[in-house]
Order: sequence, then C-alpha cells, then structure tokens
Amino acid sequence: MYPITAKEVLADSIKKIEVTAPDIAKRAKAGQFVIIRVSSKGERIPLTIADKNEKNGTVSLIFQEIGKTTLALGRLNAGDSIMDIVGPLGHPTESVKHGTVVAIGGGVGAAEILPVSRMYRECGNDVIGIIGARTRDLVILEREMTGSCGRLFVATDDGSAGRKGFVTDVLKELIEKGDKIDLVYAIGPVPMMRAIANLTKPFGIKTVVSLNPIMIDGTGMCGACRVTVGSETKFACVDGPEFDGHQVHWDELIQRLSAFKVNENNATENYKRVCKCDQHA
Amino acid sequence: MRPTRINMPQRPARERARDFIEVNLGYSSRQAQEEAQRCLQCKTRPCVAGCPVGISIPDFIKAIAENRMPDAVKILKDKNSLPAVCGRVCPQEDQCEKKCVLLKSGHPVAIGHLERYAADWEKENDVSRQACAAFDVTEPRVAIVGSGPAGLTCAGELVKFGFDVTIFESLHDTGGVLRYGIPEFRLPKKILDYELNCLKKRGVKIFTNTLIGRTKSIDDLFSEGFEAIFLGVGAGLPKFMRVPGENLNNIFSANEFLSRVNLMNAYMFPEYDTPVPEGKRVAVIGGGNTAMDSARTALRLGASEVTLIYRRSKQEMPARVEEVHHAEEEGIKFAFLTDPLGYKGDERGFVKEVECLEMELGEPDESGRRKPRPVKGSNFVMPIDMAVVAIGLSPNPLLPRLTKGLETTDWGELKIDNDFMTTKKGVFAGGDIVGGETVIQAMGMGKDAAQSIKQYMFQKRMEC
Repeated sequence: MYPITAKEVLADSIKKIEVTAPDIAKRAKAGQFVIIRVSSKGERIPLTIADKNEKNGTVSLIFQEIGKTTLALGRLNAGDSIMDIVGPLGHPTESVKHGTVVAIGGGVGAAEILPVSRMYRECGNDVIGIIGARTRDLVILEREMTGSCGRLFVATDDGSAGRKGFVTDVLKELIEKGDKIDLVYAIGPVPMMRAIANLTKPFGIKTVVSLNPIMIDGTGMCGACRVTVGSETKFACVDGPEFDGHQVHWDELIQRLSAFKVNENNATENYKRVCKCDQHA
Repeated sequence: MRPTRINMPQRPARERARDFIEVNLGYSSRQAQEEAQRCLQCKTRPCVAGCPVGISIPDFIKAIAENRMPDAVKILKDKNSLPAVCGRVCPQEDQCEKKCVLLKSGHPVAIGHLERYAADWEKENDVSRQACAAFDVTEPRVAIVGSGPAGLTCAGELVKFGFDVTIFESLHDTGGVLRYGIPEFRLPKKILDYELNCLKKRGVKIFTNTLIGRTKSIDDLFSEGFEAIFLGVGAGLPKFMRVPGENLNNIFSANEFLSRVNLMNAYMFPEYDTPVPEGKRVAVIGGGNTAMDSARTALRLGASEVTLIYRRSKQEMPARVEEVHHAEEEGIKFAFLTDPLGYKGDERGFVKEVECLEMELGEPDESGRRKPRPVKGSNFVMPIDMAVVAIGLSPNPLLPRLTKGLETTDWGELKIDNDFMTTKKGVFAGGDIVGGETVIQAMGMGKDAAQSIKQYMFQKRMEC
C-alpha cells in the first residue's frame, strides 16, 4: 500500500494527490509516467508524473475524473492509500537545448507539460507555454506555468480566461508572426495533439507528442499500447510515450482508445450510482 | 503390475468448457499407489537424466508406492521448489517420461501425474512445517529480478544454501507467467500461492511493483549491498505478424488477452474493473501452449466458435499433446496449414474478418520441420469478432538498454557464459531472457544458476 500524503482539488473534477513512493521519487524525470491500481479489484492505468519531492519521498499525480478508476481515486483523501504504483516508466524527455520550445498542455495535460517546461528551461531553452481549457474554472497550474516559461498564453474555448479559442489558435499566431520555433511539445487530448501536429507539419517544425494509450503492465509485456508511428508498430510504454507527432497514425490511436468504451461507460455509470447510494446511507 | 498407465481423471468437456475451474482432478491415493507400483526402479534411472532439475524420480515414486508420502514430498522438494506447478504444466512426455523404459510398451509411468499427486498431498495434509521449514537465512545477499519460474527456482535453491534472498517483481503480483499467462483451469492460483508461501516461509523476501532498470538500476542493487543478482525477467515483447489490420480493436497479443483474464480477473468484470471482450467468433493464431490457453480461455468467456489457425500441420504443433487433446474435446476448431494474410474491420475499427491462405508442406527447414508454403489462389475469408495472436515473444530490450555492460545476442537475448553469468560481473541470468522456452527449462536454468552463484560467492569470499 502506498499512502496519500496530500490532496488538492485543482478544478472541478481535476485533482492532485501526493503519493508516498520513495524509489519512484528518487528516479522520476520529466515525461515519465507511473501505472497505478487503486484497489485490489482495480484496473491498472497509466498517469503522467506531474511532480516529485525526493526529500519527502513522494510523487504528484494530477488527474481528471473521467471513468470509474479516476472517480475512485478522486474519492481518496490524505491518509488513505492506493494499492499499487510502479514506475517511473517510459523514456524521460530528452534534456537537450533546442532553442525555442513551445510547450502546450491541453486540459489536464497542463499538469504534464509543467515538468517538461521546467526541464527544457533548465537546460537553456526559451520556453513559450500555452495551456488551454474549456472554461476558466478548468484552467490549472497557471501560476506554476508562468514561473517556468518565458511567456505563457492561456486559451479557453469560451473566452472566460486568457484568449478565446484553442491552443492551436495561439500556436498558429506565433508561427504566423514569424517567431522562430525549434520544437513544439504537446500533451493533452488526442484531437488537440493531432491538430497541433497537422498545424506544424507544413512549416517543418519538429513536434513531439506524449501519448497515453490503454496499457496493462506498462513494461512491454502486453502490447495493448501499440501505436503506428511512420509505418512501424511501436509500444508506447517502452518505445515512448513521446513520439514524432507528424508520424503518429492518429485515426488508429483514437480507434484503439475506444476499444472498451462501452464497458468503461457502464462501469462508470454503475459506480456513480453506487457512490450516490453510499452518500445517502 | 498393471500394463497400462492410469489416465488422469478429468472433468467432462461439456461441463468444464464454460468455467475456469481446473480441468484435471488428480489421482486418488489408490490410483497413485497403483501407478507408482508400475515403476521398474531401473538401476540406470534414465528418467532422472530427462528431468531439467534432476529430481530423484524413482525414489519419490517408490515412496508413493510404499505410502511414505512425507518422504515422497521431501525427495521432490529437494530438487524442485515448485512441484505442484511442475506436476501440472511440465511437458513430461518430452522429458522424464520420454526416457522411461516403459515407453516401448506405449505406457511410460505417469511421472507428472505422480509429482502432482505428491505435491497436492503435502498441501492437503499440512506437513508444511516439515517441507517448508524455515532455513537459517543469513548472508550473502542475492537479488532476484522477476518472480517467474526461473526466479522462484533460483530463489528456492539459494535459501537452501542459507543465502539472504530478495525477489523484485515489476507487476503487482508474483509468479510471472505462472500467474498472468497460465489459466486458472490449468494451474489454479491457490496452488501457485501455496508454493509462493512456502518460499516466503523459508525466508525469501518479495517486493512487487519494482521494475529493475527503471525503479532501481542493477548498480543500485549492488550499492544496496546485494553481492550477486539473478535476472529471470522473461521474454517480454509479444510478436505480431505485421499483416494489415493487425492493430484493429479486439485483436490482442496472447499476453494481453491472458493477462486481462488471469492477472486482472477480467472474466469477473464488472466485479473487477478490467474488461475483456466476449468474442463470439474467435480466431487464435499459433500452435503452442499459449495458443491453446488462449483458445480455451476464449471459449470459457462465452465464444460460440473458436478456431485455432496454424500454418503447419497438427504434427508440427509445439503445444503439449494433452493440451491439444483437451482443446479438441472442448470443441476448439483447428485450421491447420492456414496462414492469416490480414484483417478487416467495421466502421468503428473492430475486427470483422480475417483473410487466410491455405498452405502445403514442403521440404524440412532448419528446425527439421517441413516448411509450409502457400497454395496459390487458396485465399478465403473467415468472419470473426476477435483474434488473439499467440506466435511467440521477443526478448524485452528494457533492461539491457538501461544497463551498462549487459550485452545481448543478435536476437536480443542476454549473453551468458557456461556458468549463467552475463557480461556484467556478478549478474547471472536464466529463463526466457536467455532463450529458454518452457517453464521447466526456466526452472532448470534458475537452479543451475543458483549453483553458479553459490560457487561465485564462495570464490568471492576466498579472495577477500
């Protein structure tokens, strides 16, 4: 069992927990993830490591409650424990000086872009951050991102915070203004990452995306996370999770992410019903 | 003495094909004694030479025949840390029983069934204090990476020598392929748990959720005070055929399909959170034990038709005869001399058919098996809603990629010398990661590696 030492509600349905896992905290690097299991009957899901505190031996996980597992995780509080956590998994983001890096996080992806932005800045890059959300209340980590980027843009679909529009609109303006961009790094919903890759491709701007397909073991054993990159099948857990956004077969990724949608929706609805019963009791 | 061997009692095919309860029932005590009395107690003991872990087979069988069961258990456990597992999953027909002099009569002694009987007897008669008694665990400290058959056997041997043994496992549960790969109906988890508990009682420490290479490096383990390390990390990456449409939904590697069901208990969804599709028309690609396990698992999940597609003929199938026989009894269909060319999906990306080509057998290839070649124009389409690809594994590159000094062969297997030592000093390896293929081969290597580790530690101490 791995105790939760702190919990914070960042926005409606977006939560942050700190989990005691000293070995992971010691070695985790930007871009890596963990696989967790909330309880003994739970599934294994991958979550990007948002931050770590080596001294306290904790890692921070930020997640949006979208299915049964994340809902169950969101109900835990400081003092509770999760059943399993393994990591850090996947290749860390390469700490290289590219020049100017545009770091884009959509939705809960802002949590994942933060350590990447910090790392790029630490190795001498000019980092331009863009974070996007549906509406003001869902914008997370704006202050932290401001501190780790040279410039930060916020975009919301309804214009309630930052500029109205998508993160791609901001990126497009930057490109059109002629800003020199050496690398775009994007993490967030698949349609967002695809739109970014489509946008940068004609300009030949190197674009790295961090993928989050279905996984079981996360160590290369099951092949659930296979993605087509270029003409090759890759395993996101050991070959990724970062890939060249211009080479990713996006339609296939979306299709594979939907493989268990019906089961997932049923499980989530059931769970919500049961939860409500608990509250009435 | 009866001339024919006593068949393993098993549950009727119709009854068992829809649940996950064990197929084989095991001998009764009378059956076990009668079968044991068939052993000729040959002076030359050819069967022992056929056993990768060198069990004193005639001795444990004699003990059963004379109803000295505690002795039978002791003899077995002296050489084999996991007899209840081996009695169920070892291909005895290719090993000890193949060397039995009674083979000429067509009825070798049922060594595997007797091994299972003795191991189960121990479990049911609570002699665990004798057989699993704690050894005096002291130094030196050895780390075992991976809790599959190779690692567990190596650990079991090393505690016998009085070593302080710690196993690191990357998954949340122990047993490796014995847990995630082999289904409940062939190897019940409680049997595995029992054997694991014996090891723990004998002083073996186990840490799950620890992926060596990522959570800790090999060098971290040395700095923590481990003096030798055994790598039994398994084969790893599932192979795919690289045919069009293979990434459609509901096409799984056998590892994924079996892990969902065995490790994550997906057959009990929604009580357990991990889902698995209930394919109605299922194709399983491959001819090994994993293919049989996948096909029979799909059937138990509710498939109405499961077809095993294998590109050679029945004769060349690497699966155990018993497994093929069980699969046939349960109604698995076999498409021999058939090769999948590709898959097509529906508008939502779920597989709906597999296109196949018929094959014929040509000249023998380097493996000695006749090489299949396509029959022109024989293409046909099989409608399916799920496929499981069980054509083998390639070595997981993670650990060698992340560990300086750990060299691999051209096939990606770890290079080892005659003493199972890798190219990194003090680091030994065995099992699938060095080219093993079966549970018992992995166990044999784990056992031999333990001897080498003992030798290595002895020398190391002398040098000090």
